[in-house]
Amino acid sequence: MTKTGPAPSNTGLEAHYRQMRRIRSFEERVGELFVRGESAGSMLHLSIGEESAAVGVCSAMRDGDTFTTHHRGHGIFLARGADPNRMMAEIAGKATGYCHGKGGSMHIADMSLGHLGANAIVGGGIPAVVGAALAARRRGTGQLSVAFFGDGAMGQGILYESMNMAALWDLPAVFVCINNQWGMGTRIDQATRVTALHDRAAAFGLAAETVDGRDVREVQAAAARILDGARAGRPGFLAVECYRFFGHARKDKSPYRSPKEEAAGRSRDPVAFARDALIAAGMAEARLDEIDQAIATEMEASIDAAIAAEEPPLQAMFRDVFAPDAPEPEPLARRIDRVLARD
Amino acid sequence: MATEILMPALSPTMEEGTLARWLKKEGDEIAAGDIIAEIETDKAVMEFEAVDEGVLGKILVPEGAEGVKVNTPIALLDGDSAAAAPAAPPSPARAQKAPVPAAPPARPAEPAPMQTEAAPEIPAGAELKSMPMREALRDAMAEEMRRDGRVFVMGEEVAQYQGAYKVTQGLLDEFGDRRVIDTPITEHGFAGIGVGAAFGGLRPIVEFMTWNFAMQAIDQIINSAAKTLYMSGGQMGCPIVFRGPNGAASRVAAQHSQDYAAWYAHVPGLKVVQPYAADDAKGLLKAAIRDPNPVVFLENEMIYGKSFDVPTDPDWVLPIGKARVRRTGADVTIVSFGIGMVTATEAADALAAEGISAELVDLRTLRPMDTATVVQSVQKTNRCVTVEQGWPVCSIGNHISAVLMAEAFDWLDAPVLNVTGKDVPTPYAANLERLALGTVDDVIAAVRAVCYR
Repeated sequence: MTKTGPAPSNTGLEAHYRQMRRIRSFEERVGELFVRGESAGSMLHLSIGEESAAVGVCSAMRDGDTFTTHHRGHGIFLARGADPNRMMAEIAGKATGYCHGKGGSMHIADMSLGHLGANAIVGGGIPAVVGAALAARRRGTGQLSVAFFGDGAMGQGILYESMNMAALWDLPAVFVCINNQWGMGTRIDQATRVTALHDRAAAFGLAAETVDGRDVREVQAAAARILDGARAGRPGFLAVECYRFFGHARKDKSPYRSPKEEAAGRSRDPVAFARDALIAAGMAEARLDEIDQAIATEMEASIDAAIAAEEPPLQAMFRDVFAPDAPEPEPLARRIDRVLARD
Repeated sequence: MATEILMPALSPTMEEGTLARWLKKEGDEIAAGDIIAEIETDKAVMEFEAVDEGVLGKILVPEGAEGVKVNTPIALLDGDSAAAAPAAPPSPARAQKAPVPAAPPARPAEPAPMQTEAAPEIPAGAELKSMPMREALRDAMAEEMRRDGRVFVMGEEVAQYQGAYKVTQGLLDEFGDRRVIDTPITEHGFAGIGVGAAFGGLRPIVEFMTWNFAMQAIDQIINSAAKTLYMSGGQMGCPIVFRGPNGAASRVAAQHSQDYAAWYAHVPGLKVVQPYAADDAKGLLKAAIRDPNPVVFLENEMIYGKSFDVPTDPDWVLPIGKARVRRTGADVTIVSFGIGMVTATEAADALAAEGISAELVDLRTLRPMDTATVVQSVQKTNRCVTVEQGWPVCSIGNHISAVLMAEAFDWLDAPVLNVTGKDVPTPYAANLERLALGTVDDVIAAVRAVCYR
């Protein structure tokens, strides 16, 4: 299933490792806080096990490229340069969050980093990428746009409408399916007869590959091929095979999966794989431990600081429903006073 | 405040079971969704998930106890845990006339107790059984599936997973995968397939994991299910039920927190039901399944775990289109439905303490709407406030206001006020979300206003 590309090298592997470790540390810390009922909303989808997809694809993107994510998008945004403090503040519903606490974990967006938004409807964020690609081509400045989604979205019609138009119009759009094998409690082979997902994209005329997500270098190489093609006007599709280490949301204990399957899935850990590869290439284990510790400390500090931030002011409720020049909706209390105009 | 954790019915036929093992001990913090115990039935050992959060107070039934009857209290759950949201800051709103709503009290994790009187349609002496909303809905489906081989359930995670919110728990075991069908995440597709199955002579129940996801499928619900009978000149009806949780849950933000009552109630060809109580829910869901028309059946995640007395008679069927006066009163009529009844009831309790007697009307069905009951009530109280979670523009309350203007104009002593969700997408932050959904304080303020107090 994996096409042969340039042989993976260790160039950049340490940087990839650090990025993946940052995502892992962030997700672990947030998950821990969530379980303790502290500041992480009531629904949390962790991307542990999928770090190579985020880091491999994002490292092939350039400044100015845009993207959308699904509901499991923390790792992708971190890999595109998100500030963990502002991201955690958003997850905790604080005023200092990326969306001032109004979006939360499933709706983080940041135009300055090209993040056109996490979308919590399965497949919902995909067509916007085709539109962003249309805008990018109109600008003519060489940017592309990437849709990140899970294997669950492979059942949604909007994906096929989007791929068809991207191909028809030769747009710089890339569709990245992070295939973690499970759509909530349904395994991929219970949801489709065609588990070679790239075959479907190829049928629409896209350059399409599937890559094993265990080795981030393989993912990066495949992503670079697909993104280079898209930049030249041939949209592409990349399925990254990985495993959702935990349940659908943090509360889901995934009783529908066997311990044996989970053990096999987790043994394909991209973070551990990169660590072993670095050691094999001569990096001292102690040095890696230092890196891990420094990252854990950094993440913990930013996350804890984020949680201590202020909630949004109540006035913020009515802000941003419309663009700024539109009048704010009248609050009920004032309407009652006006309607009754007593005295 | 301690809540009783009851022995769950893990299948439609389960009457008792063995409490095989406690996985939590007294004093442990419990989050909703945590597996707290293993329950053994004659069929299997099943995990029991907590519905509410809190601290496990006292274990009432020790592990190993056999023959524990369904609905026996097995433990006590103490109050809100650390997850309870901090109170909103004091607001200077009213005094300064700033566009800021007054800060409400924190929304309780569990809806406040309601009066216990049974639905007026329940015959005297009928056998009642206390059960949570999710079990009443499940039993309604199971009974209708036993009664009519054409009835089947289809949706995401309804079979193997036993329902995303466990409403279809046990149905796969009893009816098999030919009648309890897991679908891929492809709402537009399976909603349309349900419509075709109804055209083809089956009686589908299509579960949407939440109504938010039915946005993908709304074309099939409206253009195919609702209109085909009319467009075909009466040839092809569409006997189908679309059901699932509607409205805001808690802290899941704008795309997952919407009330679709007014959207669907707008459409000719659809019947639209949104019950508050489990006895109503069971009777109305059974009626919906038997109805020859497409029925949009709106539930609420926040009420799934709440228990009510429900008739056990398998022929307990309620007519669609009848409101229920849940409390009689003299000074004002408060009209609501679904989870809005929780807010309305809390407000009515508070108002009673200040001497305002509110009549509470639960619409139960939104289309066809029983406006006659509302008009009759307003002719007595001369004042009306409507309560719903949806947005204010073109709301259910707007429609009731228009009906009252046309049919009860001479009886009205004050304008009809609509308490709704605020005119914003549901914000994620805890303090903003509490304000956005329409608060008890909003209802109290509106009632005082129409009573000129």
